Amino acid sequence: MDLFIHQVLAGLATGGIYACMALAIVMIYQAIHHLNFAQGEMAMFSTFIAWQLIEWGVPYWGAFFLTIVVSFIGGVVIERTVFKPLHNAPILAHIVAFIALFAIFNSVAGFIWDFTIKSFPTPFGQESLFGSGLMGAHDAGMIGVTLVLLVLLFLFFRNTRVGLSMRAAASNPDSARLVGVRVGWMIALGWGMAAAIGAVAGMMIAPVVFLEPNMMLAILIYGFAGAVVGGLTSPGGAVIGGFAVGIIENLAGTFIPVVGSELKLAIALALIVTVLMFKPTGLFGARIVTRV
Amino acid sequence: MSDPLLKVTGLQGWYGRIQALYGLDFEVPDKGVVTLLGANGAGKTTTLRALSGMIQTAGEISFAGQSIAGKVTEDIVRLGIAHVPEGRGTFTAMTVEENLQLGAMTRSDTRAIAEDIERAYAYFPRLAERRGQQAGTLSGGEQQMLAISRALMLRPRLMLLDEPSFGLAPLIVEELFAILVDLKEKEGLSMLVVEQNAALALEIADEAYLIETGRLVMSGPAQQIGSDENVRRAYLGY
Ligand SMILES: Nc1ncnc2c1ncn2[C@@H]1O[C@H](COP(=O)(O)OP(=O)(O)OP(=O)(O)O)[C@@H](O)[C@H]1O
Ligand SMILES: [Mg+2]
Repeated sequence: MDLFIHQVLAGLATGGIYACMALAIVMIYQAIHHLNFAQGEMAMFSTFIAWQLIEWGVPYWGAFFLTIVVSFIGGVVIERTVFKPLHNAPILAHIVAFIALFAIFNSVAGFIWDFTIKSFPTPFGQESLFGSGLMGAHDAGMIGVTLVLLVLLFLFFRNTRVGLSMRAAASNPDSARLVGVRVGWMIALGWGMAAAIGAVAGMMIAPVVFLEPNMMLAILIYGFAGAVVGGLTSPGGAVIGGFAVGIIENLAGTFIPVVGSELKLAIALALIVTVLMFKPTGLFGARIVTRV
Repeated sequence: MSDPLLKVTGLQGWYGRIQALYGLDFEVPDKGVVTLLGANGAGKTTTLRALSGMIQTAGEISFAGQSIAGKVTEDIVRLGIAHVPEGRGTFTAMTVEENLQLGAMTRSDTRAIAEDIERAYAYFPRLAERRGQQAGTLSGGEQQMLAISRALMLRPRLMLLDEPSFGLAPLIVEELFAILVDLKEKEGLSMLVVEQNAALALEIADEAYLIETGRLVMSGPAQQIGSDENVRRAYLGY
C-alpha cells in the first residue's frame, strides 16, 4: 500500500510536468486547431534563455519573469512571421512549418549552448516535503505553479474582454470578425500565451530532467497524451489529463512487471489512441449542444 | 434630399475566381429601410458579405460619406455597420449574455453596455430568461432574436439583415418584424434587409431592389414593386 501511495505521489509530480506542457499545447490548439510539434523545443529554448540570464547574474525570479515576457513576444513574432502567411495553406504546410521550427530551435540551442547537460536551479529547494520522502519540495512547487496558471487562465478567459474575444475568435472566426474582434491578433496572442506557458513549463521541468536541447522530446509526447486525454479544447481537462498520464505511467511501470521503465512511453501513446477511439473529444472536451 | 447613408456603385464580388456580383448600384437612405429580394443563389447574401468586407470586391461603397471599399471587416464594423449573418452566427458554446457582450466588443463604455444589454432583454424577454444558458441550445427563433440583439449592441447606424425570417414559425416572424418596425420608427435605425419572404419585407421597406444572378433587374418604392405584375407572380405568389 505504501508503495502504491508513493507511486501515485511520484506520478503526480511527473504529472505536473506533463500538465504544464499540456496546458501550452491546448492554448495553441485553441487558436489554430493544430497540434504544435515545435512546442517542446520552444519551451526548451525559453529555458535556455532563463539559464543564460541566471548565468549572467540575474536573480532567479527576475530571470523567470523576463523569460516569460521574452517568450510571449517570441510566440507572437513566430505567429506573425511564419504562421499568419500560412493561414489558408493546407495542413501539410503547417506540419512542415512545425518541423522546421522544431529543427531550428533544436539546432540553434545546440549551437549556442552546446549539447552538454546543464543543471537548472529550482526556487523551491530540493529537500523532500515534510521530511516524508514522498514528494520533493520542487515537485510540490511545480504542481502549485501549474494550478496557479490554470486558475489565472480560467479567470482570464471567463472574466476579461480579451479572453472573451479570444474564445470567440477560436470558436467562430467569421462571427467574431462581424462583431469587430481582430481575429488575426487573437491568434497571435494565443501563440504568445502558449509560448509563455511553455516557458514556465520548461523552467519547472529543467531542474528535474536537466537542461539540454533534447530535454523536451519525450515530455512533449506525454504532454500531447495529457492534452488529448483531457480534451484539446479544455485547459482544465488538459491539466487533469497531464496528471493522469503521470500517475498511470508510474503505476504501470511499478506494478505491471513487463512494462518497466522502457515501455512507459508506449503506455502514453496507447493511452492517446484508446481515448481517441472511444471519445474523440477527450474526457473533458467541449460537448457543444447545437440546435438549428 | 440629403445624402444617402450607404451608396453603392458598380459593386462586383468574387468567391476566389468565381464572380458572383456583376456591378450593382443601390442606396440606403439615412433612417430608411431597403429590401433586397431575389431567388435562391441570386447573390443577396453575397451582396451583404461584400458590404462587410468578407469577400473580394471591386467598385465603390461609400458609407456616411466615407469610402469603405477594400476595408477589412473589423474596421467596417467600427464605423457602425452591424451584420446579422445568414445562419445567425451564434457563438454556440457561450452564454446568451456573453454573446451580447461580444456584440459590444468595439465599445468601452461599460455602463452603457450594461444598459444596452438590459434594453435588449426588454425587447426580447425570452432572452432575459435564458441569459445564462448556452446559446447553442436556444431555439431557432430565439437564436435569431439573439443575433439581432447582438448586432444592436454595436449601436449601429446601419444594420444588414440576412433572411431574419428564415426557418421561423409565422407567429415568431410577426413578432420579429414588429420589433424591426419599432427600431426603424423609434430609433431611426437604417436597415438593409435580405428576404425570401418578399411580402413581409415589402411591408416594412421604403425601397426595394430585385436581384437576379448577381445583377439588379428592378428597383423602386416598396409599394410600387409590391404591386408590379411580374414581381407578384415570381415572388409573392398571387
Ligand atoms: N463560398 C462560396 N464559394 C463559391 N461560390 C459561392 C459561395 N457562396 C455563394 N456562392 C455562389 O454565389 C452565388 C450567390 O450566392 P448567395 O449566397 O449570395 O445567394 P443568395 O441570394 O443569398 O441565395 P439564398 O436565398 O439561397 O440564400 C451562388 O451562385 C452561389 O453558388
Ligand atoms: Mg443567402
